[in-house]
Amino acid sequence: MFSAVVRLSASGVRSLARTRPCYTAPLASRCYSHGKAETDEEFDARWITYFNKPDIDAWELKKGMNTLIGYDLVPEPKILDSALRACRRLNDLASAIRILEAVKDKSGPHKGIYPYLIQELNPTLKELGISTPEELGMDHV
Amino acid sequence: MLHMTVGRVGSLLTRRGVMALTSGNVRMASHGHGVSEQADLSLPMYWDRLDTPLPDKAYKDDLTAADKSLKQKEKGPWTQLTNEEKIALYRIAFKDTYPEMKVPSHEWKTVVGGILIFIGITGLIVIWQSHFVYPPTPHTFAPEWQAKQTQRMLDMRVNPIEGFATNWDYEKKQWK
Repeated sequence: MFSAVVRLSASGVRSLARTRPCYTAPLASRCYSHGKAETDEEFDARWITYFNKPDIDAWELKKGMNTLIGYDLVPEPKILDSALRACRRLNDLASAIRILEAVKDKSGPHKGIYPYLIQELNPTLKELGISTPEELGMDHV
Repeated sequence: MLHMTVGRVGSLLTRRGVMALTSGNVRMASHGHGVSEQADLSLPMYWDRLDTPLPDKAYKDDLTAADKSLKQKEKGPWTQLTNEEKIALYRIAFKDTYPEMKVPSHEWKTVVGGILIFIGITGLIVIWQSHFVYPPTPHTFAPEWQAKQTQRMLDMRVNPIEGFATNWDYEKKQWK
């Protein structure tokens, strides 16, 4: 999980794995000070499962993406992969491109994250025929 | 004076007002209405937000025949779409790209200008007030009176431990 590598909040970059604050998973878990915090792998698995739903509908895709972008982290490539495949099932290319723009924006000042994501997602992008914003000339005004 | 100022501020604000109208009435613009209406807040709305990549509805509601056929083509393999078609599909669903959303506006100039104008007006009011409203300065502020007053305070040894009179050197008859 990218949050384990790069923390996007203003307090700087921390590279050690530590317990996730409860607010990053508001949908399924509660805020306990004593309970078990969700691990990065559990978080990723939960979101991959969410987007992998075969009959996901457009609202669920929007809700999922908007929630995911609301978190203080950049989603792992595998989560984005399942989100892009959900866009494919919904015949929604525009949303797929929008997702790529959104994660680039989420990276903020960390310029290395987005190229890494694109590199990891390249097989999927080629397979589904999703162009990146850069290829379409939409990465600048 | 106030009318003149409002006119100056009004011309500055028109630019900002137009921008606010266009962004608030994007949905109206997409419907092709010339008159600006109140957006129906009970229906799903479109908005461009960095933190909300997928808004509740698509940007364009009225699709031309070309748009509709493109949407049909979208159901097939996307590898068969040209770049122009992909951009067109994006623009049907969304108004601004992320870089376009981030274009800085000139609103801050209006805000700073407005602030300075109002501070200036306040300054003028203060000057006018000090000239026309305040009564004459009391005679006790005159330098000669102040000198005699200070001498009297020193003679009285005002605050001789830590305060006023400790600043005067009584032997050398001068300020320390």
